Amino acid sequence: MGKTVAAWRHVALAMILTGSTSTASSQSSDGSFMSSRRFMQRDGEVIYRTVCQSCHMAAAQGAVGAGAYPALANDPKLSVAGYSVLVVINGSKGMPPFGALLDDEQVAAVVNYVRSHFGNSYPDGVAPADVKRARP
Amino acid sequence: MTERRTVPMSRRRLLAMIGTVAGSSAMYQAMTTLGLAAESTYRGPIRLEGDPKGASILILGAGIAGLVAALELHRIGYKVQVLEYNDRAGGRCWSLRGGDRYAELGGFEQTCSFDKDLYFNPGPWRIPYHHRGILDYCKRLGVTLEPFIQVNYNAYLHAQNAFGGRPQRLRHVLSDFQGSAAELLAKAVSQDKLDQPITAEDKELLLEALRQWGALDADYTYKAGPLSSDRRGYERDPGGGLSGDGVPSEPLPFAEILRSRVWYRLALGQIYDFQSTIFQPVGGMEMIARAFVREVGGLIRYNAKVTAIKQDDNHVSVTYVDARTGSAPAMVSADWCLCTIPLSVLDQIDLDVGAAMMNAINAVPYGGATKIGLQFKRRFWEEDEQIYGGITYTDLPIWQIGYPNTSYASPGKGVLLGAYVFDSPFVYEFTALPPEDRLKRAIEYGAQIHPQYKTDYENGIAVAWHRVPWVLGCFGRWTEDARKQHYENLCAIDGRIALAGEHVSNIPAWQEGAVVSSLDAISRLHRRVVAS
Repeated sequence: MGKTVAAWRHVALAMILTGSTSTASSQSSDGSFMSSRRFMQRDGEVIYRTVCQSCHMAAAQGAVGAGAYPALANDPKLSVAGYSVLVVINGSKGMPPFGALLDDEQVAAVVNYVRSHFGNSYPDGVAPADVKRARP
Repeated sequence: MTERRTVPMSRRRLLAMIGTVAGSSAMYQAMTTLGLAAESTYRGPIRLEGDPKGASILILGAGIAGLVAALELHRIGYKVQVLEYNDRAGGRCWSLRGGDRYAELGGFEQTCSFDKDLYFNPGPWRIPYHHRGILDYCKRLGVTLEPFIQVNYNAYLHAQNAFGGRPQRLRHVLSDFQGSAAELLAKAVSQDKLDQPITAEDKELLLEALRQWGALDADYTYKAGPLSSDRRGYERDPGGGLSGDGVPSEPLPFAEILRSRVWYRLALGQIYDFQSTIFQPVGGMEMIARAFVREVGGLIRYNAKVTAIKQDDNHVSVTYVDARTGSAPAMVSADWCLCTIPLSVLDQIDLDVGAAMMNAINAVPYGGATKIGLQFKRRFWEEDEQIYGGITYTDLPIWQIGYPNTSYASPGKGVLLGAYVFDSPFVYEFTALPPEDRLKRAIEYGAQIHPQYKTDYENGIAVAWHRVPWVLGCFGRWTEDARKQHYENLCAIDGRIALAGEHVSNIPAWQEGAVVSSLDAISRLHRRVVAS
């Protein structure tokens, strides 16, 4: 079965604009601004600062407007590691999925970072293999 | 009828060949002929037959969808009340000008310092000719339009790792790609090396078409000379008097064009949504919202943050608070409700609808986008580089530089769109930065294409849509699966509540989607009202 017209047009346009797969030569030293298709940052804290912080904010405090972004600081929902992994991979409600933009190691790194900072201290780490198993 | 010496091609095969040879515009033309391409569903001003008999309706959100509904329903006798979170109407139909203050989530506030009459559209900036709905409202409401330049042959294609990092004029890349491809294909055709048989008559026509299309000479060669310079431009333009004749320019090596990958953008102007003619309102996209406000402004309550939407068999009741303070809860009710609140916000509101609609609301993530407006003390792109409007495309993280499609060749300052990124890691990487640093980045990247940035930049403003407090994203990013599973449930009227907006359309992220979604929703709602 073919794609709907709307979905196809969106994909086609994004492909044209995304363009080349080659990485930029003017990237930051932390790996950000390197690729228009995937995040190249490897470190969990760097991924948080350059990606998650967009919505969850610098101190993981979230934000409130007409709607809100949930705080990740002191977040009891993070106690289940698998839940955090699933949300990063698949997104949740308005949050976009990141599964196609981050590899298993990157997802594990950022989940481990958030689950051990911002007032969270969950001792069980996530391994890349756990992320691989959680992918749809 | 001419006798065919070969088996006719299948339709698919023919389309594929036309698409390959002539680009997507020819493909689209062929598709239209075969009845495969569709037009907008807009069919002129809406006619809502029947008396609403004093029915009342609450419209949530004064963006394009809400404004369209307010105008049409008020006109035929509904009692209309509109609640809007912002202190202005328009939603994403928005322009920023000097003196405007914009506070994003996280507490960063920017004040726009553009000079008088200069502006930047953080949201939609172009209206294709086939977006008949939004264009008709512009006409009916007296919004003056001017051309939006999508394709400027003198703007640049740029790739960091190609052509020594030097931006290339579109006319060079396009002419040379087309010429070289036509030459190759012409050789294959004339040597009968196509894998598909073709009649002698068609072969002759195809060769002639390739020669014209590619600016090839009598030997089907694309090379420096008057024919190719008539497309790509001259090394030195023809002069007057004794100043000399034109000097032909040298085409770029085909292999270098191929390896540059800048051809990714060559077909952009042939995409249905980007084909000429495209329009923009004179003075900024927000002129459309202002025109609606002249008609229905009195129906709008601003600074109203909706916190709950309840319904029973007879009414819909909406609770809201003052958006600035979060206090002073109040309630309004009506017989019906049209809710245009973005799903990213609606999914957090206490909402009385069934599981099917609720699941649909929860199924659509919101895509991001970043747009940056930059003011320069002179219009160097016109003065130094003869770029009047249009867009430069680059593989730098800014993706695009949009030149103002207005006030050409005027003295003084100008505002460029210094970045426009969506659906990419760059969106998040820009968003995560403080606004000041987003500007620094945009200037650093843009200066690789226009060194004048370094001396002529004055001020700027950066809008990262995931930080916009009233939408938390740029547009509803439907997936194929989500649309199959949930789209109809999102469109269905639930009791006394219907939804509208770009997210309830098959034209996501465009204002036209908001218009046709709103008209479709109020048509169905009105039929129910009249029948009840």
